[in-house]
Formats: sequence, structure tokens, C-alpha cells
Amino acid sequence: MEKLIANKQIQVNEEGYLANFSEWNKEVGEAIAVEAAIDLSPKHWEVINYIQDEFKKESPLSIRKIGKSGVVDIKEFYALFPNAPLKTATKIAGIPKPASCI
Amino acid sequence: MTENNGEIRKMMIILSKASIENVYAAFVLANGARMEGIEAEMFFTFFGLEAIHNKKLDHLHVATVGNPAMHMPTMLGGLPGMEALATSMMKKEMEKLDMPEVREFLEILKASGVKLWACKLAMEMFHYEKEDMFPDLDGVITVGDFYKQATGIGAHMLFI
Repeated sequence: MEKLIANKQIQVNEEGYLANFSEWNKEVGEAIAVEAAIDLSPKHWEVINYIQDEFKKESPLSIRKIGKSGVVDIKEFYALFPNAPLKTATKIAGIPKPASCI
Repeated sequence: MTENNGEIRKMMIILSKASIENVYAAFVLANGARMEGIEAEMFFTFFGLEAIHNKKLDHLHVATVGNPAMHMPTMLGGLPGMEALATSMMKKEMEKLDMPEVREFLEILKASGVKLWACKLAMEMFHYEKEDMFPDLDGVITVGDFYKQATGIGAHMLFI
């Protein structure tokens, strides 16, 4: 389906994840963050950039990996993105929801 | 189930066994809850205490006897070295899936906001002290205390 995000018509799935990462830009990320009631700080952006880099490398994400990223520890990650941190962070980053159980 | 649309808000997971497959099942469920924005608390009782016993938690084994899914005759499962073999095979597979070791998993659970409780009665039965246990334990509590922790809409309890 299409959704108007940051004044752009963007393809998303029923959960609001972007269908094409190529349609993502910073404004889109910010608009999704507002919907999730998250005020993006420089630290948030560091995490989002890391997540996007991993996605581009096609390396699957897990909470363990986030903890070992050197960007944030797990406690901080939960503090930055309360309520389903990896789901929220990937949505803001414009990449698919991770399918991992860990 | 009408209140709150039946949505799960909190998982209360009781672990009563320490064979590695049960421990991992409980840990994955607790971590999975937090990843979905669901609160999670764990209560370690009877043999489940081994999963948080500092000297034992790094040496948990797969149960090869009395485990039909092992697909081996029970008598074979009881041979010396069989548990160690099955355990090292399982650990290799889990490492491939990026599954952490038990201690690291406990640290991840704590950092994710999972509360870890030891059962008072079982602690007394096994003569364990709080100092013997995983240092980040939230406390040693009674069954009643654990039930109280579950207070609230959308709390579910699971026994493993």
C-alpha cells in the first residue's frame, strides 16, 4: 500500500515498513520516528546508520549483534527505542522488520 | 479476554528444569517478549536454579535420556559421553544461529529489562545462597511474591 510520509507517497507494508529502502531519506525517517513518539538524537542516528550499514551488507540483525556493535549496548538501545526496540529502529531506518527470534 | 483485546502485556516464565533445551526455550521466550515491547519476568525453581547458579550455568547439558525427540534408544542416551556429545553438537548449531551462551544470554536478558527471580523454597532445598547465583539476580522470592509481580492486565504465566 501507499502512505504519505514526509510529503512523499511511499510504498509500505501493512505494518508500516518501507517496501523499498531506496525511497528512504532522513525526512522519511524523522516522520516515522514522530509516529513512534521518538525524538531522534544524534545517538539515535548513529544506531540507525549502523542498522542501515548492516542491512546493506545483508548481515542479519539481532539484539545480540546490536549489543556487540560498539555503537550502543543493549540497555541503551532499549532506552533509545523503548517498546520493541529492533522493530521500531528498523522501521525508522526504512528496512524490513528482522525475522530473527533472538 | 475482552479486556485490552487479549493483548499480552507481561510474560511470567517459570523455569523448573536445567537441561539446555528447556533453558534456551525459556530465554528465547523472555527475550522475544522484550523485543516485542512485552514485559518479562522469570522465576527459577527446582532444577531450573542451575541455569542461574554461577558455577553450573556454564555447564548445562542436553537431556539425552527420556527425550523422545533425540531419536536414539534411551539406553544409548545413557552411555558415558553421550550428553556431552549431544550438547556440543547442539551448541555448534546454536552458534550458527547467533545464539549466545547461557551466561551471555542472562546478561542480555538483564540488559533488556527482564527480571530474574530465584525461588526461595528451592534455594533452601538445594542449600544455595544468593552469593552462589548469577550476580545480577533481582532477588530470592516466594511463589506468592512472584504471583504479586504478575499483577496487571494482560499478564500471562508459563511453566517450563
